[in-house]
Amino acid sequence: MSQQEKLIFEISSSGRRGVSLPPLDVPRKPLEEMIPTKFQRKTPPRLPEVSELDVVRHFTRLSQLNYSVDTHFYPLGSCTMKYNPRVHEEVAGLEGFSRLHPYQPPEQTQGMLELLYHFSELVKEICGMPEFSLQPAAGAHGELLGMMLVRAYHRKRGETGRKKIIIPDSAHGTNPASAALSGFEVIEVKSDSHGLVDLEDLRRTMSPEIAGMMITNPNTLGLFEKDIVTICNILHEAGGLVYCDGANMNALLGRVKPGAMGIDLLHLNLHKTFTGPHGGGGPGSGPLGVSEPLRPFLPVPRVKKEGDTYIWDYNYPETIGRIKAFYGHIGVIIKAYAYILSLGTEGLMKVSEAAVLNANFLRKKLSNFYDLPYPEVCMHEFVLSGRRQKKQGVTTLDIAKRLLDYDFYAPTIYFPLIVEEALMIEPTETESKQTLEAFAEALIKIAKEAESAPDRVKGAPFDTPVRRLDEVKAAREPNLHWNFP
Amino acid sequence: MEFPQELYYTETHEWLRVKDGEVEVGITSYAQEQLRDVVFVELPRIGKKVKAKQPCAVIESVKAAFDIYAPLSGDILSINKELEGQPELINKDPYGRGWMFTIKIENSGELQNLLNAQAYASKIKEAH
Amino acid sequence: MNYVPHTAQEKEQMLREIGMESLEALFSVIPEQLRKATIRLPEALSEAELISLCKELSKRNSHLNEYNSFLGAGAYDHFIPSIVGTLSSRGEFLTSYTPYQAEASQGTLQALYEFQTLICELAGLDVANASMYDGATALAEAALLAIRHTERNKVLISSTVHPEYRAVLATYLAQIEASLVEVRMAEGITDASALKDLVDEGVAAIIFQQPNFLGYLEEADAFSATAHEKGALVIACVNPISLGILSPPGDYGVDIAVGEAQPLGNPLWYGGPHVGFFAVKKELMRKLPGRLVGATTDLEGRRAFVLTLQAREQHIRRQRATSNICTNQNLLALRATIYLCALGKEGLKELAELNLQKSHYAIDMICKVKGFSTPFKRPFFNEFVIQLPSGLTPEGLNKRLYKRGIVGGLPLKSFYPELKDAMLFCVTENKTRAQTDSLVSVLKEISKGKSPKATEKMIKS
Repeated sequence: MSQQEKLIFEISSSGRRGVSLPPLDVPRKPLEEMIPTKFQRKTPPRLPEVSELDVVRHFTRLSQLNYSVDTHFYPLGSCTMKYNPRVHEEVAGLEGFSRLHPYQPPEQTQGMLELLYHFSELVKEICGMPEFSLQPAAGAHGELLGMMLVRAYHRKRGETGRKKIIIPDSAHGTNPASAALSGFEVIEVKSDSHGLVDLEDLRRTMSPEIAGMMITNPNTLGLFEKDIVTICNILHEAGGLVYCDGANMNALLGRVKPGAMGIDLLHLNLHKTFTGPHGGGGPGSGPLGVSEPLRPFLPVPRVKKEGDTYIWDYNYPETIGRIKAFYGHIGVIIKAYAYILSLGTEGLMKVSEAAVLNANFLRKKLSNFYDLPYPEVCMHEFVLSGRRQKKQGVTTLDIAKRLLDYDFYAPTIYFPLIVEEALMIEPTETESKQTLEAFAEALIKIAKEAESAPDRVKGAPFDTPVRRLDEVKAAREPNLHWNFP
Repeated sequence: MEFPQELYYTETHEWLRVKDGEVEVGITSYAQEQLRDVVFVELPRIGKKVKAKQPCAVIESVKAAFDIYAPLSGDILSINKELEGQPELINKDPYGRGWMFTIKIENSGELQNLLNAQAYASKIKEAH
Repeated sequence: MNYVPHTAQEKEQMLREIGMESLEALFSVIPEQLRKATIRLPEALSEAELISLCKELSKRNSHLNEYNSFLGAGAYDHFIPSIVGTLSSRGEFLTSYTPYQAEASQGTLQALYEFQTLICELAGLDVANASMYDGATALAEAALLAIRHTERNKVLISSTVHPEYRAVLATYLAQIEASLVEVRMAEGITDASALKDLVDEGVAAIIFQQPNFLGYLEEADAFSATAHEKGALVIACVNPISLGILSPPGDYGVDIAVGEAQPLGNPLWYGGPHVGFFAVKKELMRKLPGRLVGATTDLEGRRAFVLTLQAREQHIRRQRATSNICTNQNLLALRATIYLCALGKEGLKELAELNLQKSHYAIDMICKVKGFSTPFKRPFFNEFVIQLPSGLTPEGLNKRLYKRGIVGGLPLKSFYPELKDAMLFCVTENKTRAQTDSLVSVLKEISKGKSPKATEKMIKS
């Protein structure tokens, strides 16, 4: 099979038609009577002119150029690429959910509202947080909302001088970006030699200007911040709040209620932990849970139960307002709801158990072949360093590309920033022992190749639809859309 | 590595060429090697007032963005428009056609805070 | 139900290899007091039980396959060809992630490049990104871009922009203490002279919607001259389907066009997930938020696609990024791409015309019913405002329509107090003449006073 697929515009043939539209069943009015000429476009947009089969073949062939969880092991650290049960697609697609308009009054959507209400109850119980907002569209959007709430909280107390947010140097880039977008200044704290937040450094950073801290637990090294309770105390004593990035919640499911750690805010990534498929990069959903003092500021509207009826309640005078049109990513929430109901408490515990078991199994298997800067028992993921291979002239990027030849997607690379030549591996709970062994074998083989045949690794990938790309050219001469001939 | 004698240097890897009350600013050959392929340069607006040690331009490579700090305080007099279409000049000719902008010197005393070629070269050695 | 594959024996083998005695020991690093959580959830369900529970919940909703709906207002019921769902739900699209490893993600990357091309074509602008969360957040990010670009701190927005979009923008701008000024409405569109008075050298951008929230066409030509004269950017929020007929925003001087691409082959899903689009003039390319796909070549000189201009983004520039957004709304952007390709050049035009014809038929028929009228006689696309006869409230009317299997238009009072007895109706190509006629016949019944209460009040007036 040819690995190249033309652009859909290149197979366009003037006058060809694809799908049919509903018929015009009303008397036709002259166009000018409805839309004066000055509002009309002079030339039509150059959409491709193709048959339905052209479209089917084109996108089917494109799909075949992708690696995915359905086709490949996808050990992307911090992304939790677990199996996405197909029954979730079926239930989220039920016409009683997917064919509902957001402005239908509550009496027409009681089943939907009950689902959302019940979902909130479930995540409150799982996380030990008193209330959730379902509005955030993704994890980063949840972070942004969280920072807005931190700001609202301090303003309400008249503490407008609190303008700084502390973020560990191991954090995801979204954390500082979200803090900055809500008008905060970012202060970085260092990780200690065990990869955890340096408590002394943290204590030194405290001041009346501190609004709060964003922390990921387990952190991006896959390590549990065991001093989390102390960290929360340090912040609270200084008048700050603690935001927990819940990206790594898979490690804690069913066993730890993050609320018990003393945190004030927590977002969930439903597309990671709760299996809404990633869809090639969205849609996600990032519900945000908060502690009692932050509840008044949550966005509106919120689902409320009055007797046996569910309604949307807009009446929260201290709300920060809205961060999104309508109510949130309902389609994704339904899938997460289905997942929680399928698993129950015991099922969730099995998830975290297998996620941690799998990560440690891989960590152990690889520890003789790659540097492991933080050799502690890990949670759901761990970070290797390719610095040993780099001395042989093979970079982490090369290793990642070579893995593609062995039919595995690559781990997250060059992140977290505090690990040189980082390879961040998260196997998830749905991968079998056999898959993990095969993956470890491939990585070990690559480590050996780095010694014996480094060019084989540096030239990789060889077997993918395209070979390595010229990214410098892409950035220097941006070509961001098809140039019609 | 080459560090021309007639230039001043900063610890953040900018070089300065002084002429007639203004300085021309670029990045050193050491810096451009570290950055690898420069893909884009964001230059300050002409007329903008910049402050010594404050970021005033950005150099981008494929996977990174680096702040360029104003080595002196003053107004931006001119910018190197050639970099718009050919950012790679920073890699090819860092001390010549890869210059970035010029600043009108406000306080020539600030020049004393800068490094000469020897001092800069030994800073880099230390770092390695 | 459980998706963990390990057998008991395998777990033991794995533990042994790790050198741990028990599964519990793997968690011993977590302080004991935190590990003691008891979590009470309902009993786990089998797949069959799960399906029947969800079906039961879904049946308690009046969905649009059973009800004849006239709602629009930012979420639109358009016909979705079968292939959109079939193709986009292929596992290779559905279960992949952001295309970090381009060599193993060419399918997603090429589709996004096609999406960007299609959006540029619709908008008549130079560069489009790979999509945003939704139309509202795209609009807010456009305003932030304008503030960064112009180094000014005030934004003007027409009150004919979707009220929820305005609310989102207000929340975003409050964070950075930028000011937001609303421009009043006159006769269903932006008051152009009020706008002119408000634009000054402190304004970063003016924002309007085309067609506006009430469905009407803004006299947008004049806006860009007004704004550009003072150095402000022009941001338009546009309906992508209307662009099959209407001038592309690039043609009337718009610098940034954003909007909601839900109408392009995406389900309503009770308001989300939907998908925003974002297009700009070339000068603003490096200030774009979100992901961008570019074409380049591989080692062997073949055309290939890759995420590019990433130095703008959060994973590189952290607190100084153009946005905190991490991904795009990929699956929905893919659906929009498939949808637009399936429609094609002629199809999109025909679709836009169908919306026009059917909505104009509907307004004509509704306004023939005694007591019903439209307050604004202006060109519109597929939505319009209807003023109810006195004595009839929008909520009251909707309750009566619902009993007859009809979901009526949107009552406007909560968004526009001055339009208290008015409703916003939407008619797309998906509405058959029979469905419109059935609405009209119920309105006639009501107007003729089959309900004694309404008659009484009408006589009084």
